[in-house]
Amino acid sequence: MYALREAVAAFRRAPVLTGLAAGMVGLALFVLGLFGLVTHNLQTTLDAVEERVEVVAYLREGTTDGEVDAALDELRALPEVRTVIYVTKTQALENARAELPEFEEVFSDLDVNPLPASLEIELEEGFRNEETVTVVSEHAAAYPFVEDVAYGREWVDKLFSLRRIAGVAAGVLGAAFAVVAALIIGTALRIAIFARREEIHVMRLVGAKDGFIRRPFVIEGAMAGALGALVAVVLTWATWRAVSTLILEIDWIPVGWIGVGLAIGVVFGMLASSLAVRRHLREVT
Amino acid sequence: MIHFDSVTKEYPRRGAALRDVDFRVRKGEFVFLTGHSGSGKSTTLRLLHFADRPTRGEIRVAGFSSSRTTERDIWKVRRRVGIVFQDFRLLPGRTAQENVAFALEVTGTPRDTITPRAQRLLSQVGLGAKAGAMVNELSGGEQQRVAIARALANQPEVLLADEPTGNLDERATRGIVDIFRELNALGMAVVMATHDLDLVRSDSRTRVLELDQGELVYDSAAADDDDAPGRTGTMPQPGAERGSVGAAASMEGEESEELLDHEGAAD
Repeated sequence: MYALREAVAAFRRAPVLTGLAAGMVGLALFVLGLFGLVTHNLQTTLDAVEERVEVVAYLREGTTDGEVDAALDELRALPEVRTVIYVTKTQALENARAELPEFEEVFSDLDVNPLPASLEIELEEGFRNEETVTVVSEHAAAYPFVEDVAYGREWVDKLFSLRRIAGVAAGVLGAAFAVVAALIIGTALRIAIFARREEIHVMRLVGAKDGFIRRPFVIEGAMAGALGALVAVVLTWATWRAVSTLILEIDWIPVGWIGVGLAIGVVFGMLASSLAVRRHLREVT
Repeated sequence: MIHFDSVTKEYPRRGAALRDVDFRVRKGEFVFLTGHSGSGKSTTLRLLHFADRPTRGEIRVAGFSSSRTTERDIWKVRRRVGIVFQDFRLLPGRTAQENVAFALEVTGTPRDTITPRAQRLLSQVGLGAKAGAMVNELSGGEQQRVAIARALANQPEVLLADEPTGNLDERATRGIVDIFRELNALGMAVVMATHDLDLVRSDSRTRVLELDQGELVYDSAAADDDDAPGRTGTMPQPGAERGSVGAAASMEGEESEELLDHEGAAD
């Protein structure tokens, strides 16, 4: 109770200093928030692309229905495969016409249908990865009547790399800002400690426990951290709104991530202040 | 109550502040610790308050040992051993009562008992009527009384006083020493560092320990009874220590008194 009262009083006594500390935590976490936004939306995009990861086996001219049926049964029996759709030459042309209306005339004027029949192999969820795609495509390519096998592996690879790069960049920049924030919180707390050095001295003199002396400062640090985290949430939200309105519609980060951000802010503030006051107490007899 | 066994305290740059000092203080005893500036009085009190640890030797105060009490447990010592200083060390901008209440609050006294206890402690030192006064509006003697009331917050067994009357006039000094004697009469051991020889001689029954250059050169108890158990110290030869209580006790010399009376305020 005493600790909370003192922490709130300290906040009131030096609002600029506390505000500065909170602001720095806010900026550090804002950087993490921005990268959270990017990472989350990359993840969403990646999931959508993964959903469409499929292996298409193009069949040679003259493949018999019997061969196709046998392949369908065999491929459908694979545990990684959700379903296999047989697209005939005629269906392929119809699909092309529907998907590429600007080339409708070209397709109409054709005497011969140039598009091959194909087997569209959809993978089970959890198997839409590089490894399975390779295994299934090799399996399909092994049929003598399969001319070529295609899949969007390059795209998947590129997106995975992009997500990794974003993660590393977020980590490095976030850590750099976190160090700056720690230094500023530490300095702010040291000034606050200096302003109350006489009280701390008297507390030690009359037999207050170190934990008791530390507690108000640690709570103050936690409050600055929480305030900073809130600032970061507001800044990230404003950025999200601006991007969604002006550039492209993107998703807001999951609520759980915001919780983690707030927790990081609080823990961070507590650690920084705890270290600062511990250092001071070592110097006071 | 206090065991100071072969204590040496050395500081890296200053060298030895105390050399092989031995003395004991019984429960309820009143001791004047005297000596020149730099003789080791304040160092002794700092060691007794566990603000410093001895380089060699062992100190035991109110059941706490210097070699076994960890930094984490120092608060326990501080609650059994009160201390006051020449410069009072009160919190400015607060009333007398708030200063005493602060000590009670930070040592975990139940909230509803803090105000009446602070008031009672101030009354005990004769300052009940000025509980609401800001400390910076009080006289030096009154401020020292507030500091004593604060030191009594946890009902200590030992009270240490480092030149508590150094900034006070004679009348205020008498008032403070009277409070110490009253507390002592209630069973509290009091160790008061002072360079005021008039004060030291004012009561021949009070034990005197004299330090010189970090060594215990005189213990009136040992001088009275060399065989007394737990007492150390030797009676200096007459004239051997100019300005010392031991020498003055033998010489009755005016010169030696003057020397001590013009000392610096604290170690």
